[in-house]
Amino acid sequence: MAAPRFWREIPNRYNLIGTKCGNCNKVLFPPRYICPHCRRMGKLEPYKLSRRGKIVTYGVVHVAPEGFEDQVPYVLAIVELEDGPRLTTQVVDCDPNEVKIGDEVELVFRRIGSDNEDGVIYYGFKFRKV
Amino acid sequence: MMREVAIIGVGMTKFGELWDLSFRQMIIEAGARALEDANIDGKQIDAMYVGNMSSGQFISQEHTASLIADHAGLVPIPSTRVEGACASGGLALRQAVIAVASGIHDFVVAAGIEKMTDVMSEQATGALATAADQEWEVYAGATFPGLYALMARRHMYEFGTTEEQMAMVAVKNHSNACMNPCAQYHMKITVENVLKSPPVVLPLKLLDCSPITDGAACVVVAPAEKARKMDRVPVLVAGTGQASDTISLHSRQSLTGLRATVEAARMAYKMAGVGPNDIDVAEVHDCFTIAEIMAIEDLGFCKKGEGGKLTEEGQTEIGGRIPVNTSGGLKGKGHPVGATGIAQVVEIVQQLRGEAGKRQVKGAEIGLTHNVGGTGGTAVVHIFKRGD
Repeated sequence: MAAPRFWREIPNRYNLIGTKCGNCNKVLFPPRYICPHCRRMGKLEPYKLSRRGKIVTYGVVHVAPEGFEDQVPYVLAIVELEDGPRLTTQVVDCDPNEVKIGDEVELVFRRIGSDNEDGVIYYGFKFRKV
Repeated sequence: MMREVAIIGVGMTKFGELWDLSFRQMIIEAGARALEDANIDGKQIDAMYVGNMSSGQFISQEHTASLIADHAGLVPIPSTRVEGACASGGLALRQAVIAVASGIHDFVVAAGIEKMTDVMSEQATGALATAADQEWEVYAGATFPGLYALMARRHMYEFGTTEEQMAMVAVKNHSNACMNPCAQYHMKITVENVLKSPPVVLPLKLLDCSPITDGAACVVVAPAEKARKMDRVPVLVAGTGQASDTISLHSRQSLTGLRATVEAARMAYKMAGVGPNDIDVAEVHDCFTIAEIMAIEDLGFCKKGEGGKLTEEGQTEIGGRIPVNTSGGLKGKGHPVGATGIAQVVEIVQQLRGEAGKRQVKGAEIGLTHNVGGTGGTAVVHIFKRGD
């Protein structure tokens, strides 16, 4: 992949910037370009999300996709942030057997992966138990 | 529907690792069988819709609608590829049905195909993952088994569904596949085999997952009026429904069912004028064992949360209250993604004609197919009735 694909997502992925709809007040993440609730485009603004949330569900990955092989077993989870939106992420720095639905987690900034040995290295959010 | 529509012919290749057959050979074999079954000539075909998810990634070939029309000797008929990930086949059928119902065409082929074993299995896994959100799911290390594991865990948490109940889906579907000559696996398995199979993304193990498969399937769609004048028992397309949902799982309110399935089913039931209790046999999208449990709930065969129990009671076996995946399903028959939605129709047509051999559901008159793309971003439901 060429660098722009990762570069343009940097604000959202590094700082957890989502969008807020000025019309219906919904907070959205990942970022949206039209509000799916009221279908207005005009009043969407960047919104910095809370860095804490709770685990809604999780799985323990033993067969990883390309580029993630050296991380197994790792916890893949959906986390619901305090502001409401949910995201797909990894829960790190813990024994996968000790993760439960409802656990409180906080954001940590981490290396996510790279295209290949000489490709772009990309960074973003993972979460750890509080 | 504007004009009543019927399926007049069905055909498929064997499903499996078909190393000796190319993409072109597979689709020709399935198509020739469907035309032979319908007892019509290629010259009578007016148009074709092809369900094919990812030939670009699997065989580095796009523009497969032209390729197939060419190799089938059907040029210059209009030939269109439709893509909705693993629901591509179901979408192709729906387009064919709409084309015939509208009166634009009379005889239309709905085809489905995927050639998956010309790449290594990690490449195939990567290709399948393109049906999920690349920027916000796959980016974080999600795979397809990973996303279905998230649904499985939540289903277990909310309803007490067990890993044993999920395993029973795989055991049943492998058992049915043993009676289907076209199935990839002719191998019975036990609950213990599933539970002890290697972990993929827990709670899903290897035997909770459908395999990587090569295969093609075709059906011929025609006006019911013409079908009734032909030799075979006509099978009417009584209802068709399709719905979309968010591409990513994390954007949905519920993680224990697929809203797209519920909406597509509502549309199809309404058009057919029937309800879940009227269905005699169903082919549902069991890409993972949890997917069949969610499907039988979302289609209304039981209440939400009771799919595991219905499976455990044997109600979804042949001879049960609502036999599900008599063909072996995606788990036992195999899952060549673009072909799956059409192969489901092949099974239901054979069941309604009374031609399903050892897998026959006695007296089946109304059948249903349920085909899902991705984690439920697309769902297609069709209902079929014996037309005699």
